[in-house]
Amino acid sequence: MKFNLKNIPTHIVLIAVSLLSIFPFIWLLSTSLKGAGENIFAYPPTIIPQDFTWANYSGVWQRVDLMKYFINSMIVAGATVVLNLILSSLAAYPLARMEFKGKKITFFAILATIMIPFQAIMLPVYLITLKLHLVDSVNDTMGFIGLVMPFAVSAFGIFLMRQAFLAIPREMEEAAIVDGCNVFQVFWKVLLPMVKPSLAVLAIFTFIGSWGEFLWPSIVLTKEAMYTLPVGVNNLQGMFSSNWRFIAAGSIISTIPIIIFFLAMQKYFISGENEGAVKG
Amino acid sequence: MSFLINNIDQTSPKWHNQCMFKYYGKFAPYMFLLPAGIVLLIFFFIPFFQTIGLSFFDYSNSIYNPDFTGIKNYIEILHNPVFYKVMINTIIYLVVAVPILAIFPLFLAVLINQKIRGITLYKILIYLPVIVSIVVAAIAFKWLYAQDGILNYFMQLMHLPKIGWLTDPKYAIYSVIIVTIWKGIGYYMMIYLASLMSVPKELYEACEIDGANFWQKHLTVTVPHLMPTIALVSTISSISAMKIFAEIYVMTKGGPLDSTKTIVYYIYEKAFENLDLGYASAMAVILLIIVMIFSLLNIFVFERGKYKI
Repeated sequence: MKFNLKNIPTHIVLIAVSLLSIFPFIWLLSTSLKGAGENIFAYPPTIIPQDFTWANYSGVWQRVDLMKYFINSMIVAGATVVLNLILSSLAAYPLARMEFKGKKITFFAILATIMIPFQAIMLPVYLITLKLHLVDSVNDTMGFIGLVMPFAVSAFGIFLMRQAFLAIPREMEEAAIVDGCNVFQVFWKVLLPMVKPSLAVLAIFTFIGSWGEFLWPSIVLTKEAMYTLPVGVNNLQGMFSSNWRFIAAGSIISTIPIIIFFLAMQKYFISGENEGAVKG
Repeated sequence: MSFLINNIDQTSPKWHNQCMFKYYGKFAPYMFLLPAGIVLLIFFFIPFFQTIGLSFFDYSNSIYNPDFTGIKNYIEILHNPVFYKVMINTIIYLVVAVPILAIFPLFLAVLINQKIRGITLYKILIYLPVIVSIVVAAIAFKWLYAQDGILNYFMQLMHLPKIGWLTDPKYAIYSVIIVTIWKGIGYYMMIYLASLMSVPKELYEACEIDGANFWQKHLTVTVPHLMPTIALVSTISSISAMKIFAEIYVMTKGGPLDSTKTIVYYIYEKAFENLDLGYASAMAVILLIIVMIFSLLNIFVFERGKYKI
């Protein structure tokens, strides 16, 4: 890892791409810290705020219940993760380890859901959600259930867990049965603890997906108090039509939690060993 | 010990499964599948068939008593100039975004796969756009694209005229595509990095002995070796290009003059703003068919191993 002159061109390219990757956020951050005394459209633009202030942050925080959006997002993403872990591993186990009538059909039916984009079926999904009264106009709990249920399980999760179960030596199961476990004990006490790494990968990717989801909540939600972060942040545009200082500050606040999550879990994203976690 | 386990795994998994089957009883597999099955039935399979069903009805007179009109919605779509505009936009998206997302991240992955300083930091920064919500990303870009914004300042610096990045029908779709590309680069780079690890090191060593330089080495070894991954990335990015919605919704709402209207945005508008459920469903069926073709390609050609029964 010593410094090498030969690597300078590589560093120049990587620094340039890194800067391009974060520049939109830097510019947003810079705008959010500029006070009323500074023209945010000034030419030449200044990255370092001349009239530095936190006022935009406190202004947005007072006018918009960002904390509420954050809590809503946590509830939705948390419930989606828990349901995905349970339902995917339950469904994956017989697909990996049991012989039963209709296994092939089940397998292909699940595989088929990969080919059905949610965007193409969202209208009937919405009609069904309405029919089941899983909307926020009934009450908040039903609203949350409606936000979560269409994403409670995915073919991606089932196949990821199936791969994990396939890798466990069969002797583990046989030994557990000899010791007198029934099928649910084998699953819960012996197999599940052995697939923890895959569960972690599934949890993290489901969390990120659910946290950023915008289309579905913007279709079903009617009450502002139920908004998740992406819907709430998009709504800032309407609330502060041309007040870019406030829009920028709100956007930055809403991004902090996921960046903390990313930095804490970075090894799962950038280790390069999560090939199985490629989500189509 | 490990060869023993492998031996049993390869020769008798079916035998093992059948023994287990006797032990577990008939119903255990179905009990395990039931919860996921119910969710998939209600939120995938029923809506799937309902989409096809709805597409044969006309909701424009009454939303409660639709008329069965057969393929009228499809004929109407084919006679609607907006449909062709939407398809052209989708093709522009595919032609511009997919090649860039297939090639540039590979180039980055090769650069980042060296033993040099600061690799982790580079990876974190380049991956950051993937993590951040698309809504925030779209807002950030909308700000960059503002009429008197920073991008137009750079245009002036280069003695070029100011551009209406999101307001000029000539440029708007490319401005939106830039956001999609910017947000995808880190993701595809990590896919390439994962498969770069599977390239045998001896091949590179052989190349070095033959006197190949850095780029020759990668053109002759890496690119041929990663062909399946390049194809995979192309299909994945094509499918996601056809599902674009949030960028459009936040930045342009399909405008100006439908120049950024994508299939999904069009479906959304027809279904939830015009309440033309039949027309929207017919459009959704068209999307279904296109995505299915790409997905079948993906599943049966590139990812066979992962889904083998």
